[in-house]
Amino acid sequence: MARAAVPGGLTWQPATVAATRAETATARTLVLDVDGWTGHVPGQHVDVRLTAPDGYMAHRSYSISSAPGPDRLEVTVQAVIDGEVSPHLVEVAEPGDHLEIRGPLGGWFVRRPSDPRPALLIGGGSGVVPLMSMVRAATNPTRLLYSTRSPSDALFTADLATAQATGNTPVAVTHVYTRVAPHGWPAPPRRLDADILARVAWPRDADVVAFVCGPTGFVETVADLLVEIGHNPANIRTERFGPTGG
Amino acid sequence: MAVITRGFGGRRRDDADLPPGQYRTDDFPVLSAGPTPRIGLDEWELAVVTETGERSTWSWAEFTALPADEPTVDIHCVTRWSKFGTSWRGVSVDTLLADVDTAAEYVVAHSYGGYTTNIPLEGLLDGQAWVAYEFDGAPLAPVHGGPARLLVPHLYFWKSAKWLRALELRLDDEPGFWETAGYHNDGDPWREQRYLED
Repeated sequence: MARAAVPGGLTWQPATVAATRAETATARTLVLDVDGWTGHVPGQHVDVRLTAPDGYMAHRSYSISSAPGPDRLEVTVQAVIDGEVSPHLVEVAEPGDHLEIRGPLGGWFVRRPSDPRPALLIGGGSGVVPLMSMVRAATNPTRLLYSTRSPSDALFTADLATAQATGNTPVAVTHVYTRVAPHGWPAPPRRLDADILARVAWPRDADVVAFVCGPTGFVETVADLLVEIGHNPANIRTERFGPTGG
Repeated sequence: MAVITRGFGGRRRDDADLPPGQYRTDDFPVLSAGPTPRIGLDEWELAVVTETGERSTWSWAEFTALPADEPTVDIHCVTRWSKFGTSWRGVSVDTLLADVDTAAEYVVAHSYGGYTTNIPLEGLLDGQAWVAYEFDGAPLAPVHGGPARLLVPHLYFWKSAKWLRALELRLDDEPGFWETAGYHNDGDPWREQRYLED
């Protein structure tokens, strides 16, 4: 397995909510202004800390969905039922609110600009969030396979259509709907399977890196399928969003 | 100076057993870096290798015939979830090292699939660590590290290497997979040693 160091920046920094954007009924993007933020590597996350008036603190990790840039970043948060932090960020936070972050964090599930290999990105549900940063920053051939239950569960729908049409490096986006497909969709709802993967993936002998992110069951299934259709396990990087009560 | 987040109340729980910055979950989330290796029990083998290259090995039948413990422990993942009262069955590392002659101070755990993690030897002895092969009374599922994983509950759970293949005893410390990818070398949740610079 390859190794990579991650740069520091581990003090808590104040962040101000600059804007919020609803992505679905239960997910929202928060645009955060952070003085002195120097950017990130697509795929990385930040720790977020919320402090109540009496000093009680809660911490969670959230993936960065924006392309790297200075002084500003975006995190996209899916509200977890009965969660402590995510419902606040999705339903309560407003522009002008303050919170703290530290990061960027993570040195494995990252697509470095210096890596020339084509990337196959496969996301399930809110697992698309770190992949969205990779899509937005893509400078090398990139294909995204995005599985959601229905169109209304899909994050970044408009931005993905734009990325597909206008990026400097075209990003090919394929949606898979497992329960409800859009009106007029050419295929019935179906789970992601070997056929779809083989159609979207590059040929097995290509030197491709795959990034798979989503709920555990999804990631397990997809990573197994990739190995089955001939991908080198060493070139499959995974990140899993379990139901963690966040 | 504290940064107060408007409108945030938080949810207090009885959390004296919760290390700093952690929250409690009743699920068993999964964290790993790549595909789950599948290892057949007929090809499975566990090895202890000393600093002089001496190997002790156990087949699955030999390993599961060793005296086993049934620890119930709290586990803490660096991604901030903690799970209380998890029940395991496994062989104490003390048992595996009982007949091993070594001057080593460090251990690198090696997994099927290539994962590694490093731990000081004294952090694995005296009933602090097991090679576990059952969880909640059932064989340990591959997704959670089966056939057998290291279980070191007093450290962040990435130190509890899944799909364990070998314990390499060393005179010097050799950082493992996450330890060279920005995570802390020691990983003590009570000292909140998450990342390199913590």
